Amino acid sequence: MLRDVVAWLADNPRAFEAAARQHLALSATALAAALAIALPLALALVRWNRFADAAIAAVNVLRTIPSLALLVVTLPLLGTGFLPAVIALTLYGLPAILINTYTALREVDPDIVEAGLGQGMTDRQVMRRVKIPLALPVIFAGIRTAAVQIVSAATLAAFIGGGGLGELITAGMGTLNIPQLMVGGLAVAALAVATELLFALLEWSVRRQVGTATA
Amino acid sequence: MIRLENVTRTFPGASRPAVDGLDLDVPGGTTCVVIGPSGCGKTTTMRIVNRLIEPDAGRIIVEGEDVTRSDAVMLRRRIGYVIQQVGLFPHMTIAQNVATVPQLLGWPQERIARRVEEMLSLVGLEPAQFLTRHPRHLSGGQRQRVGVARALAADPPVLLMDEPFGAVDPIVRAGLQAELLGILRRLAKTVIFVTHDIDEAIRMGDLIAIMKDGRLVQCAAPEALLAAPTDSFVADFVGSDRALKRLTLTTAGEAARPANPVAGAPTVAAGTSLRDVLSLLLQSGGDVANVTDAGGTVTLAAIREHAAAPLRRAV
Repeated sequence: MLRDVVAWLADNPRAFEAAARQHLALSATALAAALAIALPLALALVRWNRFADAAIAAVNVLRTIPSLALLVVTLPLLGTGFLPAVIALTLYGLPAILINTYTALREVDPDIVEAGLGQGMTDRQVMRRVKIPLALPVIFAGIRTAAVQIVSAATLAAFIGGGGLGELITAGMGTLNIPQLMVGGLAVAALAVATELLFALLEWSVRRQVGTATA
Repeated sequence: MIRLENVTRTFPGASRPAVDGLDLDVPGGTTCVVIGPSGCGKTTTMRIVNRLIEPDAGRIIVEGEDVTRSDAVMLRRRIGYVIQQVGLFPHMTIAQNVATVPQLLGWPQERIARRVEEMLSLVGLEPAQFLTRHPRHLSGGQRQRVGVARALAADPPVLLMDEPFGAVDPIVRAGLQAELLGILRRLAKTVIFVTHDIDEAIRMGDLIAIMKDGRLVQCAAPEALLAAPTDSFVADFVGSDRALKRLTLTTAGEAARPANPVAGAPTVAAGTSLRDVLSLLLQSGGDVANVTDAGGTVTLAAIREHAAAPLRRAV
């Protein structure tokens, strides 16, 4: 079995490389978009927290929608291809980053915030010099969750023509090409694990810099 | 100096003002301890001075300037601030923590570095040993010292301290109180010091302001407060042992009268408080103690006079 997998890889390096490249592009674009939306939005919600409860509730609903459903729902709205897949994946990764960032910023020790204000920091300086650095580890934990979710869910992008490693799986299923299907499956799993490790490392180094690491 | 004039603040939804028509005058270079039961408005009063809480009415005057409507952020940079939970920034080194206000004021780096070392030495922390450490590596007492160093860093004329020693154990607290007292005397800072510990108030205060339900009940020097509490609330608050507490304000050296040493009598140092001398006399069964350094003796009769005498000086 393993030999068949290796043989398929050896015979189709181009196809594999293209799928993997597409998968990474999808994931990276979606993660970047999720960051670009969620981080400023979290900051805005902390400042104008009248809207926060409603926004967080809405995002939590988003969180409960299965990834496949999210992808399929974009189909009639946005059609098929790379962009609809990226949009769906962005929506999928958004909640973890937004909720972690918002919560972490809100839950910075009020005594420390008061010390900052009492020393004569402006609200903006308290945010930049105190709240954000102290919230960073939890923000990064959210980014890690989102990254892994996006990389895994990107597999399903194949269903709406977004490409990626899911293509190998769907194509392999269609033609009962077990080795190809296995290559796709194993590659997605490996990519998800690698993403998890990479972001865990990043989170750890942030914790160390912020000085809240336990070891 | 700090002066509050007819300051009132009611929090939304509260049935009565947290601070109610308060007048408080703290002359330059003195420490005013604000004390009272929980909910009396003492912390609110302090936070009104640096406008972390805005008053509904009244005026705030700091160093002769009406700051009721001035820029609150700039005001706070001129007022040192120490809070009970210390509130050191956990992600910054001790040096960065102490440098907070000088940094905000835009001092040149070199001057900041020099000042930070000075401040750490001032509060009894060896700079070389502490500069690059983080707050989590310090004991409670050491953190409190850093809190004081941070508040003093930009040399503010005025300090606000909210139960600064509330979180440290009694032995460390006594040491920190003595050191802070020395520092404040030397630097001639004007201080509002909030506590709920009457012994701390007597030790630290040039003035003690007792509050109840948002109002000032009595504001007087410790001596006057203990000698002549204005009503039963103050009398209860300072405690039924107020005569004894009064004795802590006078040392054996101050009370000693010239006399030849009495053989067999206990001997005390001039800096010993009369309360401790009394305790020693009760223990030894004698009625006179010899005082070293200053010379002379302290008798039980002299101690009794000090405890009960009407005020010797007007305050």
